[in-house]
Amino acid sequence: MIAFDFEYYKPNSLSEAVNIYKKLSLINKQPLYYSGGTEIITMARDNGIITGAVIDIKGIPECNVFELNNNKLVIGASVTLTQVSESKLFPLISETSRFPADHTARNKISVIGNICGNIIYKEAVLGYLVAESGVIIYGEKGKRVLPINQAFNKKLQLEKGEFLAQLIVDMSYSQLPYVCVKKTKQGKGGYPLISMAALKKNNYIQMAFSGVCGFPFRSKSMETDMNNKSIPREKRIQQAISHLPAPILGDIQGSAEYRKFVLSNILKDILVILDGEGR
Amino acid sequence: MISYMETAKLELDINGERRNLIVRPADTLLRVLREQLGLMGAKASCENGDCGACTVLIDGMPFKSCIILAVEVVNHKIVTIEGLKETPIQKAFVEKRGFQCGYCTSGFIMNCHSLVTNHPDADDKTIEEWLQSNICRCTSYEEIEEAVKSVLQKKDLNNYK
Repeated sequence: MIAFDFEYYKPNSLSEAVNIYKKLSLINKQPLYYSGGTEIITMARDNGIITGAVIDIKGIPECNVFELNNNKLVIGASVTLTQVSESKLFPLISETSRFPADHTARNKISVIGNICGNIIYKEAVLGYLVAESGVIIYGEKGKRVLPINQAFNKKLQLEKGEFLAQLIVDMSYSQLPYVCVKKTKQGKGGYPLISMAALKKNNYIQMAFSGVCGFPFRSKSMETDMNNKSIPREKRIQQAISHLPAPILGDIQGSAEYRKFVLSNILKDILVILDGEGR
Repeated sequence: MISYMETAKLELDINGERRNLIVRPADTLLRVLREQLGLMGAKASCENGDCGACTVLIDGMPFKSCIILAVEVVNHKIVTIEGLKETPIQKAFVEKRGFQCGYCTSGFIMNCHSLVTNHPDADDKTIEEWLQSNICRCTSYEEIEEAVKSVLQKKDLNNYK
């Protein structure tokens, strides 16, 4: 059970959500935006999060949108991982939506909750990073529309009182060749050793990783290395690994050394599948 | 805007009955089912969304009741194991011996019931994906899978949706 009390608010509009956040902040309630809410509940249970109020955004129409609009896939903040994973509209995004947690939990976890959560893996973000999605953020100052690769640096860069309301994915990316891989220590579910999404656009491989470092990332310098066809494949992989944005994670899922070995094999697979390079 | 401060007065639809309750906004559905309504079929185990022992159906889909607030399920139809009566999957669990200690069984049955009713043509991949949501420490996994497949083969669901 959650040992402390909090208030519950369910606004009907984006502006109502932002206004109640501001009001609750002023009286030191330390409010949290709540969508799937799974991480808030589990962390609150052991006092990992303390809040005086949650603002459930599931009542806001814009947050429930999951539709195609002018060849863009619009995904609202309350859309669950299951909704996206079972959709056949964008196979890459559907597959990466299956990475976090398990099927029943994904019925509750929202895509945006996974991306904005405290969990270091945030695997749902991988597809959106390589598909160069847009994000629509709402806050006290109004609406901000940004490319996700600008807004997401280790985590989504939100100002106080802001929340991610929608993801926008260009459907032209859904036709591109892609590969998604999730490697775990054992079994098929659970936290990743490494999760990866990659696609090939204009003969250029774009890739994003979770589990390699302490945060998910897409690295332009690693992509430059991997796409440099003037040097042998092994060298490209070696250089890409040397350009990781942070030290390789070592934890109970796997040591840093083992993760490096797995990463090297995944990079080989990317080249084989997307560049047609034999082993 | 809906708002609840110290307490929330709710009317929930549980197993086809309207139940009036007063809860804390921070109360999970699991705790409310067990401690206020005496519906002990949803088991408290990890309370972290990992094990699936507390699985219930909300509008026909499986949810882990430990990671849902009771205030979230107003205007939704909740079914617990107490609301299932002689469904094909319950019979199949008995026939195939899909349990040992039984602690995880109600959660498994809720998940499997939803699977066979929502996906009567489920393939092996779908079955595997759904069954990964629940943990059985007695490792009755083979028998549980057999139970699911026996129901799917019979497709004798009798409109239990």
